[in-house]
Amino acid sequence: MEEFQLNVNGKNIEVKVDPNTPILWVLRDKLKLVGTKFGCGIAQCGACTIHLNGAAVRSCQLPISSVGKNKVTTIEGLSENGNHPVQKAWLEHDVPQCGYCQSGQIMSATALLEVNPNPSDDEIDSAMNGNICRCGTYTRIKAAIKTASKS
Amino acid sequence: MKIIKTSIGRRSFIKRTTLAGGGIMLSFNWLTSCDMTPNQVKSLPKEWFKINGFLKIGENGLITIMSPNPEIGQNIKTSMPMIVAEELDANWDDVIVEQAPLDTSIFKRQIAGGSQSIRQGWNSLRMAGATAKAMLVAAAAQTWGVSKNEITTSNGELFHKASGKKSGFGSMASLASKMDIPKEVFLKEISDFKIIGTSRKNVDGSKIITGKPLYGLDYSVDEMLIAMIVHPPAFGMQFKSMNTSKIKNMPGIKDVFSIKTQLQDYSKQWCDIDSFNEIAVIVGETTWQVMKAKKELQVEWEVAPEKTEKVQGWSGEFTNTIPEGLENTSDHMKMMASMDNKKTQIVRQDGNPGAMFKKAAKIIERTYTCPYLAHNTMEPMNFFADVTDENAILVGPIQTPEAMEKSVSSRLKMPLEKIDIQMTRMGGGFGRRLYGHFLTEAAVISKTMKSPIKLIYTREDDITQGTYRPTYRATYRAALDEKNNLIAFHVKAGGIPESPLAANRFPAGAVDHYLAESWELKSNISVGAFRAPRSNFIAGAEQSFLDEVAEIAKKDPIQFRLDLLQKAKENPVGKNNDYDASRYAGVLELVREKSNWVNPPEGIHRGVSAYFCHNSYVANVLDIKIQNGNPIVDKIYCTVDCGIVVNPDAARNLSEGGLIDGIGHALYSSMSFKDGRPEQQNFDTYRLIRHSEAPKKIQVDFVKNDIAPTGLGEPTFPPVIGALANALYRASGRRYYNQPFITDKQIVG
Repeated sequence: MEEFQLNVNGKNIEVKVDPNTPILWVLRDKLKLVGTKFGCGIAQCGACTIHLNGAAVRSCQLPISSVGKNKVTTIEGLSENGNHPVQKAWLEHDVPQCGYCQSGQIMSATALLEVNPNPSDDEIDSAMNGNICRCGTYTRIKAAIKTASKS
Repeated sequence: MKIIKTSIGRRSFIKRTTLAGGGIMLSFNWLTSCDMTPNQVKSLPKEWFKINGFLKIGENGLITIMSPNPEIGQNIKTSMPMIVAEELDANWDDVIVEQAPLDTSIFKRQIAGGSQSIRQGWNSLRMAGATAKAMLVAAAAQTWGVSKNEITTSNGELFHKASGKKSGFGSMASLASKMDIPKEVFLKEISDFKIIGTSRKNVDGSKIITGKPLYGLDYSVDEMLIAMIVHPPAFGMQFKSMNTSKIKNMPGIKDVFSIKTQLQDYSKQWCDIDSFNEIAVIVGETTWQVMKAKKELQVEWEVAPEKTEKVQGWSGEFTNTIPEGLENTSDHMKMMASMDNKKTQIVRQDGNPGAMFKKAAKIIERTYTCPYLAHNTMEPMNFFADVTDENAILVGPIQTPEAMEKSVSSRLKMPLEKIDIQMTRMGGGFGRRLYGHFLTEAAVISKTMKSPIKLIYTREDDITQGTYRPTYRATYRAALDEKNNLIAFHVKAGGIPESPLAANRFPAGAVDHYLAESWELKSNISVGAFRAPRSNFIAGAEQSFLDEVAEIAKKDPIQFRLDLLQKAKENPVGKNNDYDASRYAGVLELVREKSNWVNPPEGIHRGVSAYFCHNSYVANVLDIKIQNGNPIVDKIYCTVDCGIVVNPDAARNLSEGGLIDGIGHALYSSMSFKDGRPEQQNFDTYRLIRHSEAPKKIQVDFVKNDIAPTGLGEPTFPPVIGALANALYRASGRRYYNQPFITDKQIVG
């Protein structure tokens, strides 16, 4: 067990855990931020996507000991009231079916638009390919990303 | 207006003081927390008046409607309350939706399965709204001293035209809740619908996109422990012993033991699949601590002998034998191929197919196969359990809460009324969560630990547990005469452990001489319903074969099918044909028109298919273009006849999902076995369709009619596989017979 200082969603937080603990389980078990989902545990499905200094990373493969002073943002911290342009576009297109993967999809999409505000279809595909949607909402996700990119 | 006798169970109208008997729901009310807009939150009523089991109305006009069935992503949590709101004449903006508790004395068939929620809920949901409206009208009539017949309703308000009196539902709710339950109610004419047939957003949408706790995996209570399991690494193996000394003292670990999911001599219900009855369990404080210990646990497994189990079938209890052995996919393929030359069960025969095949000018014979598939819901199996001597509270994702309540009751030896199963939103179902062994396991673990626990499967536990879509094989033969008329048709289909054959489905009924044969082979690899069971293979096989027959007969593939359907309509062969030939032809004609079938765009290769299952009809035209040597699904035109469409945009979303799901599994997904061991253990080896592989465009069109709603969750999945195979053929010149169509070693062309 070690003590770690984290910056999560703009707040400074202290937690005491095993240094190997993936940040996913720190968020879910310790901080009760359960919007970040567990899907595969091997960074293959994207359900656990968070931002580390604004870049999309898979939290299931990121040990807390590597986070350091980098800023962690989860779906809960993406916007005040779910009013990030990407979240609004998700509602406009009524994207979710089961909804389980969608926080990961939204975190990947917002990170993409941050560096590339007007992505092409191919650029969306390549940025989003690590996020599986088992229900098959891919066409709606792409439409929502395009709507968000216009706002 | 249609007048009908109300047949809602009396208990629907009992004015209950709490949602569930006793106080056990109270500490868990986050699950039934409402889905409210910010305006609704501000205006929460001071008092709710329960009108019946489906709805309550606040004095300020806010209405809570219960959504009875489990939500797995099919969006019934929005569409079922829409049906109640329609007949109530509510203003949808005033409606709050709550997930109903499990109570089948009020809510019939609280199952997510068979694409039946809307179809089978249709009448009771309409009646719940209509009776509540009638009671509001009666309350207004009494208050205003006028006849009920002079009162009209609209958009959450009651009107008396002659006197100019009007009132919101809220003002009449208190009195309405005390009114007699009407013996008969009026249902609306379909043409008067104002909510049904209009697109309404997912009531959980805002919570999903902001990451609010909705799913079983998100559920927690104070002092809850985390449990994980270790099951045998291969089918045909069982637990022997384990050495717990290495992990018992690891940080956070509370206990390590083995459990039996079911007791000996238990008579299984259909939903009681347990691939591995005895499993190792590790319980600890946090998920990561338990995961770490799980990796270190040393378990000794042994080869399991043949075993028998008692199963409750539709026609009484029977004994099922599970063979011993460590099975291999390569052996499965050989065993299935060997059935081609064996005598099998004739399920249907019309005319004299043997004679017709002898005199045929051409015989076309093709064989199709598909592998086992894992469901891979994005949310892995999990369940919360808090079992005490007094009661059992179980919370989590389950498609069959009612049946699983019985399983848990039997396993814990606890009366049904002391067991409370609460439904969370599910991170996918696809049939996997019809089988609730994980729920029973969670209950047993909680009882053993005397503590609330949450059982979590890792992805590897989930994917290697079984309950798979079976592996199937089908051989089709068609006889053509000199003029290329289809004179006889023969299908011989089977699988491990069940056959995919639906012998009374098209083209049965459309061919004078028809033979359908079926076979099954035993295995110890467990299977379960997977989105559109059996149809999910046989539709693609049949629709690929018909395409090839049409080509050899030199006929347009759509016209070829329409001609057969015309015969089935005018002069059907046999009496048990399970489809309506007119509606079948209807979706094909509509997709021909919508896709402009006769004039495909340049560079586009097209395939067509149509299928009937889950009471609904679907046709597809699928367009492929070749880009840098790779096939790209450019567009899918999908036409659906599922009767009245309750929530059109959500229905389109569900249909798009079914199409993408069908394409993905047919192209990429497969579960294979070596010495009983699943060769795919996670998403690095099990391929699911991804963003870049999804169709670029999907257009879904619904046939407009006034037929009561039929299934939609499953019917778009099966036929698209045929359209895909047929389009791939036109793009590449090669027919695709064996799923998955694309493997690492094989590219299109």
